[in-house]
Amino acid sequence: MRFTWFNLMPWPHLPDDFREKHRSVWVDLPSRLYDPEEGHRVYHRYLDQLEYAATLGFDGIGVNEHHANGYGLMPSPNIMAATLSRRTDDCALVVLGDSIALYNPPLRVAEEFAMLDVLSGGRLVAGFPVGTSMDTNYCYGTVPALTREKYAEAHELIRQAWAADEPFAFNGRYTKLRYVNCWPKPVQKPHPPIFIPGGGSVETYDFCLDNDYVYCYLSFSGYLRAKALMDGYWRRVEERGKDMSPYRAGFAQTICVAETDAEAERLYAKHVDYFYNRCLHVFPGFADAPGYRTIKTIQSGALSQYARQDYSTLSWKDLVEGGHVIAGSPATVVDRMKDLIKGLHVGNIFALIHVGDMPDEVTRHSTKLFAEKVMPELRGIWGEQENDERFWIHPMAARTAPAPVPALAEAAE
Amino acid sequence: MKSRIIETPGGRTSIQVFEGGSGPDLLFLHGAGGVLPGDPFLEALSRQFTVYAPLLPGYGESQGEENLRDMLDFTLHTHDVMGVLRLEKPLLVGHSMGGMIAAELAAVIPDCIDRLVLLAPAGLWDDAMPIADLFAMLPREMPEWLFHEVEAGTRLMTAGLRLDDTQFLQDFLVMNARRFGTAGKILFPIPERGLKDRIYRIRARTTIIWGKNDRLIPAAYGKAFAAAIAGSVLVTVPEAGHLLTLEKPDAVVRAITDGLKVVA
Repeated sequence: MRFTWFNLMPWPHLPDDFREKHRSVWVDLPSRLYDPEEGHRVYHRYLDQLEYAATLGFDGIGVNEHHANGYGLMPSPNIMAATLSRRTDDCALVVLGDSIALYNPPLRVAEEFAMLDVLSGGRLVAGFPVGTSMDTNYCYGTVPALTREKYAEAHELIRQAWAADEPFAFNGRYTKLRYVNCWPKPVQKPHPPIFIPGGGSVETYDFCLDNDYVYCYLSFSGYLRAKALMDGYWRRVEERGKDMSPYRAGFAQTICVAETDAEAERLYAKHVDYFYNRCLHVFPGFADAPGYRTIKTIQSGALSQYARQDYSTLSWKDLVEGGHVIAGSPATVVDRMKDLIKGLHVGNIFALIHVGDMPDEVTRHSTKLFAEKVMPELRGIWGEQENDERFWIHPMAARTAPAPVPALAEAAE
Repeated sequence: MKSRIIETPGGRTSIQVFEGGSGPDLLFLHGAGGVLPGDPFLEALSRQFTVYAPLLPGYGESQGEENLRDMLDFTLHTHDVMGVLRLEKPLLVGHSMGGMIAAELAAVIPDCIDRLVLLAPAGLWDDAMPIADLFAMLPREMPEWLFHEVEAGTRLMTAGLRLDDTQFLQDFLVMNARRFGTAGKILFPIPERGLKDRIYRIRARTTIIWGKNDRLIPAAYGKAFAAAIAGSVLVTVPEAGHLLTLEKPDAVVRAITDGLKVVA
């Protein structure tokens, strides 16, 4: 099993009447709700937490990209990953990821991911999401029906740029470059492991299988509701004659660990409520721009999770029983994590342990319990398959640590 | 109105065309919502004109949307359709998105059009009068943007909708994704693709017709079109919103025929 400690980096000060006053947490929420000086403290708190998780034995720490989003303050996840590269040593930097169709030219992603891989000594996991409709279409203006074509072309450009050792010309429909010449190049060969967030379309299953990329379902509605979708993926894996390595898949899960089940509710319920009722308050008109999803996908019944859920009616009990949130004592969480891992057949867990407006010490408490009392019980769950190294980072052996800053070093003496 | 399928050159698209009526040839280019079954406006036009109403790919039975990406594609596609239908300088009438395409065609290939009618066309943008975001509207929010008589408009829009029927909903979502997916290629996120730089090329005698209470594209845009197209005439239809062809089909047809007399 591989566990990545993920921080969405939500703004923790959405007002109590947020739902009444604002139609959406995303796209058109006014930026006056954001306070940059408090933002300074929030960013550093979240980065500290990610670094803390790295010291507890998580396999990876994760960041992602959103725009004009009150629960995701990382328009550039690469900046965050860059800061994390310096004070962490051996854990993977999971950037999940860069919405490659939004970069102009998308070669920028090949370059920046290469920078991160070099900086970290080969610890980058590179995510290539299409991006949500909110981000891609409404915030960044990509024509919905052209989004996927643009994405496919961007992917092709990045793939070729990483593979080539000489400059070459790329004549795309959306990007034309006479000299594609990616300096620097990634440490990991042929390229860093690539993770693809998907929402249930067969095209994305096939895209992952064609390239041996990892299929990631980043849902907030938990593992019970994910069963049908992940079963669809694994059926496709079998149909395509690929091996069933659990590391071909990843799943995001909100997790809260306390000493007892009752303590979990007392400690975490209000923060879970903040996340599901404020942070996921997305105007349905932004959920799925017409043309963003393929006709085949709509016919299969796969709609955006933002279009179909109304969490405001869900209590702590509903959320926990429904599996949106796995919460409770270490024993309870171990049991349910086993159900999740076996039920969905996933080798990668993106653990959403910081939730909504959770304070620092509470976040660290839950993180520590998960690392010390839950993770060890889940290691080895896949037996022989545990050792499949194909879908994970391969850092260089002799990595350099940052030298101490002279003034600080003197102070320490 | 009868309907048939035509193929455009190069095997690029397969197009459903509604045809009917008698009189001079009229080519109608629909708006983002497409054409209603038994569309009252086409019926009213067909009493005085031979009407041809092709559906863009993504609408009805028309196919080939993967071959249309940008404004030039839409413009040349429409010219191709005119060619297949063997229309020599028809009266070109376009509504909303169709008006944008009609104006582009008249600007890009001015020799193919003598007479042009623009019904509340898209295609220009004024920061002082931002056009509402059609692509972020919930279905229930649309009538107030599209109609003068909101309640009557709602009934028009929801006639035949069976929202409790899962299969119907699925088909409706597919239809919506297809047609607005196509429309988004020239209307998303801002319904402007450079017409302002080409509009001076329009030589066709042009009538611009606007619903007085158009909330989607305010009637003041009519003045901008009229100022940009030499010799054009602007007519305002009272008690009509953006879907003036549905709310006041006869008044719009009258404005078209009156316009033909005035500018003749």
